[in-house]
Amino acid sequence: MALDELKIGGMGASRRRVEDNRFIRGRGQYVDDVVLPGMLHMEILRSPVAHARIKSIDTSAAWDIPGVRLVLTGETMAARNLAWMPTLSYDTQAVLATDKVRFQGQEVAAVIADDVYIAKDACSKIVVEYEQLPVIVNPIQAQAADAPLIRDDKENQPTNKIFDWEIGDKAATDKAFAEADVVSTIDLHYPRSHPSPMENCGSIADYDRATGKLTVYLTSQAPHIVRAAVAMVAELPEHMIRIISPDLGGGFGNKVPIYPGYVISILASILTERPVKWIEDNTGNLISTGFGRDVYLQGQMALRKDGKIMGMRMHTISDHGAFYADAQPTKFKIGLMHSTFACYDVPAAHLTSEGWYTNKAPGGVAYRCSFRVTEAMFFQERMVQAAADDLGMDQAEFRKINLVKDDMFPYRTAFGFLTDSGQYGKCLDIALEAIGYSTFKQEQEEARKRGKLLGIGISTMTEPLGAGNSREYDIIGIKMFDSAELRVHMTGKAILRTGAKTQGQGHETTWAQIVAHELGIPADDIVVEEGDTDTAPFGMGTYASRSTPVAGAAVAMVARKIRAKARKIAAHLLEVSEEDIEWELGRFYVRGNQERGVTIQDCALAAYSNVPDGMEPGLENNAYYDPPNLTWPFAAYVCKVEVDAETGVWDVVKFVAVDDCGVRINPMVVEGQIMGGLTEAYAMASMQYITFDEEGNCIGSNYMDYLLPTAWETPGYELHEVVTPCPHHPIGAKGIGECATVGGPAAFVNAVMDALKHTGVRNIDMPMMPNRVYEALTTGKDISGMPPVMAG
Amino acid sequence: MYPSRFAYEAPKSLEEAIGLLNASGGEAKILAGGQSLVPMLKLRFAAPEQIIDINNIPGLEYHRIDPDGTLRIGALCRHEDLEFSTIIQDTFPTLAGAASLVADPIVRTRGTFVGSVCHADPQGDWAATMIALNGRIVAQGPKGRREIAMKDFVLGPFTNALAFNEIAVEAIIPPATGTARGGYLKLERRVGDFATASVAVALDMDGDKVLRAGCALAGVGGKTIDANAAISVLNGQTLTEASIAAAADAVAEAADPRTDHRGSADYKRHIVKTFVIRILTGIARSEQKAA
Amino acid sequence: MTSLFDEVQPAPAADVPTRRVTINVNGTPRTADIEPRLLLTHMLRQGLKLTGTHNGCDTSNCGTCTVLFDGRPIKSCSMLAVQADGHNVETVEGMGSASELHPIQEGFKQEHGLQCGYCTPGMMLAAKALLARNANPTEDDVRWALSGNLCRCTGYQNIVKAVLWAAEKMRAQNPQEA
Repeated sequence: MALDELKIGGMGASRRRVEDNRFIRGRGQYVDDVVLPGMLHMEILRSPVAHARIKSIDTSAAWDIPGVRLVLTGETMAARNLAWMPTLSYDTQAVLATDKVRFQGQEVAAVIADDVYIAKDACSKIVVEYEQLPVIVNPIQAQAADAPLIRDDKENQPTNKIFDWEIGDKAATDKAFAEADVVSTIDLHYPRSHPSPMENCGSIADYDRATGKLTVYLTSQAPHIVRAAVAMVAELPEHMIRIISPDLGGGFGNKVPIYPGYVISILASILTERPVKWIEDNTGNLISTGFGRDVYLQGQMALRKDGKIMGMRMHTISDHGAFYADAQPTKFKIGLMHSTFACYDVPAAHLTSEGWYTNKAPGGVAYRCSFRVTEAMFFQERMVQAAADDLGMDQAEFRKINLVKDDMFPYRTAFGFLTDSGQYGKCLDIALEAIGYSTFKQEQEEARKRGKLLGIGISTMTEPLGAGNSREYDIIGIKMFDSAELRVHMTGKAILRTGAKTQGQGHETTWAQIVAHELGIPADDIVVEEGDTDTAPFGMGTYASRSTPVAGAAVAMVARKIRAKARKIAAHLLEVSEEDIEWELGRFYVRGNQERGVTIQDCALAAYSNVPDGMEPGLENNAYYDPPNLTWPFAAYVCKVEVDAETGVWDVVKFVAVDDCGVRINPMVVEGQIMGGLTEAYAMASMQYITFDEEGNCIGSNYMDYLLPTAWETPGYELHEVVTPCPHHPIGAKGIGECATVGGPAAFVNAVMDALKHTGVRNIDMPMMPNRVYEALTTGKDISGMPPVMAG
Repeated sequence: MYPSRFAYEAPKSLEEAIGLLNASGGEAKILAGGQSLVPMLKLRFAAPEQIIDINNIPGLEYHRIDPDGTLRIGALCRHEDLEFSTIIQDTFPTLAGAASLVADPIVRTRGTFVGSVCHADPQGDWAATMIALNGRIVAQGPKGRREIAMKDFVLGPFTNALAFNEIAVEAIIPPATGTARGGYLKLERRVGDFATASVAVALDMDGDKVLRAGCALAGVGGKTIDANAAISVLNGQTLTEASIAAAADAVAEAADPRTDHRGSADYKRHIVKTFVIRILTGIARSEQKAA
Repeated sequence: MTSLFDEVQPAPAADVPTRRVTINVNGTPRTADIEPRLLLTHMLRQGLKLTGTHNGCDTSNCGTCTVLFDGRPIKSCSMLAVQADGHNVETVEGMGSASELHPIQEGFKQEHGLQCGYCTPGMMLAAKALLARNANPTEDDVRWALSGNLCRCTGYQNIVKAVLWAAEKMRAQNPQEA
């Protein structure tokens, strides 16, 4: 008599999404769709130059345009202590430039007007005199003895270096290298990229002078963090700040930081006493907001001649732009870069890292990357590829020798992470079988004779998802738990609110599935809300694939609390003691008499009409979940490509993805996440990057230069599934949202490298555009993508 | 992304449009497809005082082949009219080859062939095909109509030979005297990208002999490259590996590419050469099949 | 519609010429006085409060603003609203009816062809235009027809499945047009 879990939309059901109902009708409510009475519109004037002193700003002509209500410059902000704001990495960032501009696109002034066209007219009338300074576009330039000091606004900042950081056992690693049979090295650059969700960032700030309450509609993946930051920056009391993140058109990390536009719109609302809407244009988004990557690798591996990895040394140099505005756990300056090689048994490892300021947009941790894990795993698989080649060993064979075996869990990595579960070898075997690996070498040789270059690339990785436990993880001091609040109404319907914030991941659908699983309430009877800080329990938001691991766990835990209370009510209704109550999906029954039972709906009604003596009425609770550990999904991605030797154009012939993310709440949603992530991987591998010319002009500040693949170029994917439940997660789930973006790029790159192997080329920096591939092919030389480039 | 203010007129006849253009003293721009102009207005790269919208002038959407084989394309013939055309596939294969490569499918529903040629973007596909095919533009002004040979039409990047008070009303492409063959290849990293290099080849053939070869290049110079002289080495020849190679070398020489983040000048020149070979080899193979 | 109250806006300080246009939007004529520089997308979104059409880029690349103009897909960010005077514009709000979804809308839900939903209106309208022209497209036909619409979330594979799902349903509903 238990309910059929799939029929009620429980776990494992490919339940069709609830949020689709409004999106397919064009009834989503994104920030730009919100209209408040009396709303004004804001446009930002951005710097056309990358590094310059501001000699003067003349806004008089802007004020003269009819319909202009307010013009703000750094000077006006400074008078209110708002010209600078703290970043999520304990640095400061200019809100509107005062002394200097430090990157092309930096915010210089803002106009607030009756409509956005007028605001733009007025912006174009503002005259700024710049005195240009030398420009730095990469960390090598930043280190030069005669390099200009970018952050001359800071005390105790004598150079452009932001930090040095290290982790691991240097002595043991040095020893491993001294004793190695073969040392493999590879240097490369993971280029700057940008999450570029289809919806750009924006806010509508509405300060109500009568109540003293500030309401801000805002594109944020973490509205509670924004509330905390606004309370600090604007010095408004936290209970009088309401942040509402409505529907978000994608995030991918881009909507985690707090941007100057938000702060300016808040001040503008306070000053004009009207709501102020700021929606950035796409150029503003690409040129100034949270980007991803831009890290250089110097990688080394100490190898035994039978293929065993004895030691790993990694040095990374990260380019953070003009302000250190990463959003990442405090303890880890370079994020979770030290999760690299977690899927391999590496006895000794040492990671050193340095970060630098340059004249580029601030950021670095964004873009579906789990706090630098994209870099960690890309570097890992590129190093592994080079190592196998240097040993003269087959790529799959080398990985199999070194992958952590099933019986080695729980496994402590050389950098101190504890991985707890996985079937790495099985995943890889499935992928190799599906791509036809055993017959490929022969196929490759025969094709090369006919002038066709085929290649296969492998990428295997496990990554830490679900930041994170309070011992080690915090962002600006706030711990990274997450939360869920569940209220069951008298007819057994329910409302669930969490501290997460979906941007397309389908939480309105999937969280209800967890509740259905735990309580037997049909998922259709559960409404899910996120994003309003007045009603949602506190959470650190959705990014770094942390929501299923942390918020999802909180959902399961709160549902169990509800079930525990319902059990007591059931005992009361059935007039037995609680020890005699059994549970099956959707109902409690008397042990030994299965027909005698009450449904969860019966219990819900009783909570309002017939509770046992001494029990509070109602059926609701909340849960704050502090995860004991991260979760560790595993992926094996294998890609087969064909390279046109005459043009350098390469095409994906086949792509196989095997993902083990533990128990899957909604298989359809999981597969959607994987395919989306693989496409971002494909984009970065083939065409998508931001670069700079020697004057610091950003190449990649619009979609003519920043290339996102269309349906035409994007390959199809063959997906496979392995399920190794997470031993500590309440429902055995692991994160998945970012896995494919983390592990995917190396599969494409390794494939092209394999196709070019006969030329001796070891590396082509992404994106592997046709001209780079052709140059590598014809010269046999590695191709570096470090800026500056020559602008077209 | 908001244009500055301008005056707007939507004339219902060419005469009316030309009158407005004439009165504007050079401060007006013609709006046809708008797929180049409107984006420029939004970025404020263009800020004319007046926009003259010719979309309401009837009788300009056509493309047709005259009894003598001449192709005439009206000012409001859209890119997709040519992409889905049932009449140009065999007689104007160079155009048919380029049609589906212009911008993206949505832009192609509005953008116009003639407008694109007038825009004179060095990346522009249609201007290259017009040069390879020895096309002409019909300009109409207050004093009447005149024809401008395509090779005289593009003066420089985004600069054409129209007087300020002339509208381009038609593009004319002469027929092949023998059999028309041709092709268009474009290296773009994704749909809608700027071309790294594009090659238009048009052959007028008599059996397996080339009567006249035409060629033009996009994306490899400050303006569309006229490679007609270069490819004329094929005139009177049959298509052999040697003659194809010679033609490809000559055309590559005519390219004037710049090194930039899309590739080195050498790379772009190499692509030009490769594409010429591929187009000509493809034609030679289909000739053999037909024979 | 009411005559009870209609506030008269003060004339702008500058004498800004406007133009009266009537556009047939989703089957209903809508008349407004607008500046010639107003883009069609902004007239739909801000003027007519039809916010299903979105904006995503500055260079006419992304396609989130796609609407049907006399049945053909156009980028409404690259058309002046004045150009639409006298023409038919269909937005996502015009797809399906109050009681019934269009098969394309159904297909997108069935096949998980959307995640954040931002590209979806434009994608569906481009698909609608494709299916009007080609009732039995191949996967390549679909990918080609949608190559003017960018998506960041789905990786396109399920969008293609959604369109093919809809095409099959529409063929079943209208066999004579297959």
